[in-house]
Amino acid sequence: MSAPAIDPVQTPSGKPGKSAKLSVSLTGRSGGQRRTTPARFDTALGWSDRPGPAWALRILLCAIALGVFAAPFLTILSGALSTHPSGSSLSFFPHDATLLNMRVAGERGIWDYFSNSLVIAGGGLLLQLVVCTLAAYALARHRFRGQALVLTLFMLTMMLPEEVIAIPLSLVLGHVPVLGLDLKGTVWGVILPLGAWGFSVMLLTEFMKDIPDEIEEAARLDGVGELRMLWQVVLPLCKPALGVAGVLGFIMIWDQYLLPLIAAKDPTDYTVTVALAVLRTDPEVGSGVVLAGAVIALVPSLVVYLLLQRSLVTGIAAGATKG
Amino acid sequence: MTATVTTPGAPTRQRRALSQRAFGKIALSRKAVLPWLFLAPGLLLALVFKFVPMGKGIWLSLFEVRPFLGDKWVGLDNYTRVLSDHRFQDAIGHTLVLGIGQSLGAIALGFLLALLLEGQARSLRIVRTAVFLPVVTATAVVGELWRLMYYPTSDGLINSGLGFLGLGPVPFLDNPDTALWATMAMGIWIWAPYNMVILLAGLAGVDRHLYEAAAMDGVSLWQRLRYVTLPAIRPALGIVLVLAAIRGLRVFTEVYVLTGGGPAGSTDVWMTRAYTLGFTRNDIGSASAASVVLLCVTLLLTVTVNYFRKRGDVR
Repeated sequence: MSAPAIDPVQTPSGKPGKSAKLSVSLTGRSGGQRRTTPARFDTALGWSDRPGPAWALRILLCAIALGVFAAPFLTILSGALSTHPSGSSLSFFPHDATLLNMRVAGERGIWDYFSNSLVIAGGGLLLQLVVCTLAAYALARHRFRGQALVLTLFMLTMMLPEEVIAIPLSLVLGHVPVLGLDLKGTVWGVILPLGAWGFSVMLLTEFMKDIPDEIEEAARLDGVGELRMLWQVVLPLCKPALGVAGVLGFIMIWDQYLLPLIAAKDPTDYTVTVALAVLRTDPEVGSGVVLAGAVIALVPSLVVYLLLQRSLVTGIAAGATKG
Repeated sequence: MTATVTTPGAPTRQRRALSQRAFGKIALSRKAVLPWLFLAPGLLLALVFKFVPMGKGIWLSLFEVRPFLGDKWVGLDNYTRVLSDHRFQDAIGHTLVLGIGQSLGAIALGFLLALLLEGQARSLRIVRTAVFLPVVTATAVVGELWRLMYYPTSDGLINSGLGFLGLGPVPFLDNPDTALWATMAMGIWIWAPYNMVILLAGLAGVDRHLYEAAAMDGVSLWQRLRYVTLPAIRPALGIVLVLAAIRGLRVFTEVYVLTGGGPAGSTDVWMTRAYTLGFTRNDIGSASAASVVLLCVTLLLTVTVNYFRKRGDVR
C-alpha cells in the first residue's frame, strides 16, 4: 500500500494537487506514464528530442551548466591531489596525483574532526528521527486538546534557527536550566539542540495523516497497543517519508556550522566542516591540505546524496509546498 | 500521570467508542495523557534548546550583561544603540542587498535551469543530478572552494578565465567594492539548483494539453511561456521567493566562511555583526537585541506570507 502523499507517479492532469506537488523532479516525471502528446509538448520550451539546431543548442547549454555547477567539484579533488598546492595553481585535473595532502591533513587531526562529525551526524540523526516520529504520531493519529498549539510550536522552531538564538543558546549550553549540566565540549551540545526539527515533524505528520483509519481500527481490534501500533503498523507504512526525513536531516546536520562552533570548548571539539577554517588559518599548511580536508568533508554528503537522491528531491519539493 | 495509564484491569485495548462509554473516566484520562507522552521528548528538547534561549535572548536584550558584576537593567537602550550604530546600519544594508540580489539571481537562474533541464531523458537526469551538487555540499566546503576559485592573482581559476577574455585580474574578495558581489555570486550558485528542483516540480504539474492547445492557436514560444507556463508555476515561484527572502535575512555561514564580514566590514551582514558583538566583543546585551529584532522581522514576514497564502488557498 502506498500512502498518497509521496506518490512518485505523476498525474498528468492540470494543477499541482496533493499528489502532484510531491512529484519528483530530478528524476523527472516517472517512466511509467504513457505519452499522450508529442515530445514537443513535453517541456515548457518545447525541446525536440531529434537532432537539429535546437538540440545542439541544448547540449551546449547543458555543458555550460555542468561547467558552472559541477566542474568546480573537480577542482577540489584535483587540488587535494596535487603536490604543490598553492591556491593559484588550480586546474580541473591534477598534474601529479599524490596523497601527500591527505597525510598532512591527517597529521593535523582531520580524522579526529571527521569522527566528531560522524558521531554527531549519526547520533543527531537517530535522535531527530525518533523524537520527530513520536511527536508526529501523536499529532497525526490522536485528537487532543492543544493540538493546534503544539503544531504551532513545532512550526515556530523552524523560525528559530541556530543563527537567531546563537548567543543565548551558547549560554544555555553552558548551563542547562534545572539540570545545571554543562554540555559545552561534548557531542551532546550539538546533538540535543538538533533533536526537535520542525520540518521533520511536519513532514511525518502530514504523511501519517494519510494512513487510512481502517488499518488502525483493524489493528486495535486485534489488540495492538500504542507502541506496537507505531512500530509495526504506522512506521512500515511511512518508510518513504522516513527516507526523506533521514536524508534531509543528514544534510542539515552535516551542514551545521554555528552550532558546533558555539558548542565547542576548544578546537578539538570541532566538526570537520568547522575545522576547515582551522586548517586554512594554519600557516604551515597550504591550500592543498585545506582542499584535502574539504574532500573529506564532502564525501559523506555526496554518498548520501547519490544513494538517496530521489528521497532528497522529493523532500525538497514537498517541504517547499508545505512550507 | 503514569499511574492512570496503567490502571489494572481497565480493558484499554477496546474500540474507542466502547471504552469511552463503559469506562468513561479512566479511558478519557488515558486518552488525554497518551499523546503528551509521545510529544514529551520533542517538546522538551524544543523548550530547552529553542524557546528557553529565545526567552533568554529577549530578557538579556534589556540588560547590560556584565559577567561577575551582575546584569544591569537598561531598558531599550541596547535596541537604540544597535539600531543607531553605523556599522550595524551598514550590515542591515548589506543584508538587504545580498538577500534581494541573491534571491532574485537564484530564482532567475533556477528558472532557466529548470527550463533547460526539464524532461525525462536519462542524460537530462544525470545533468540534473550533477547540477544539484552545490545544494547538498556543506556550506563550509563551498566556501573553501569559492575562496580558491576567487584567488586574486591572474592564475586563479576565475581570473585565468577572465584573463582569457582579456579582462584583468579582479581581487574579488580582497576589495571592499567587489567582495559583496562575489559573495552574492556564490549564494546564487548554491541556491539556483535548489530553486530549480522546486520549479521543476511546478513545471511537471503543467497540463501538457495546454501546450498542445497553445500550439493549435499558433502562439509563439514566448507567448506560450508567458501565458501558459508562468501562470501555472506561479505558486511554485511564490514559495521559492518567500523561502529565499527568509533565508536571506539570516544568512550567516556563507558570509562567515567566505569573507568573515571583511574586508573592512564590506560584507558584514546582520548575523555576522551580531556574532561579532556577542562572541568577540562580549557585548551580549546588544547582540541579543540585534537577534531579537531579526527574529521579529522573520516572524512578521512569515506570518504575513502565510496569511496571504491561506487567503489565496481559500479563494
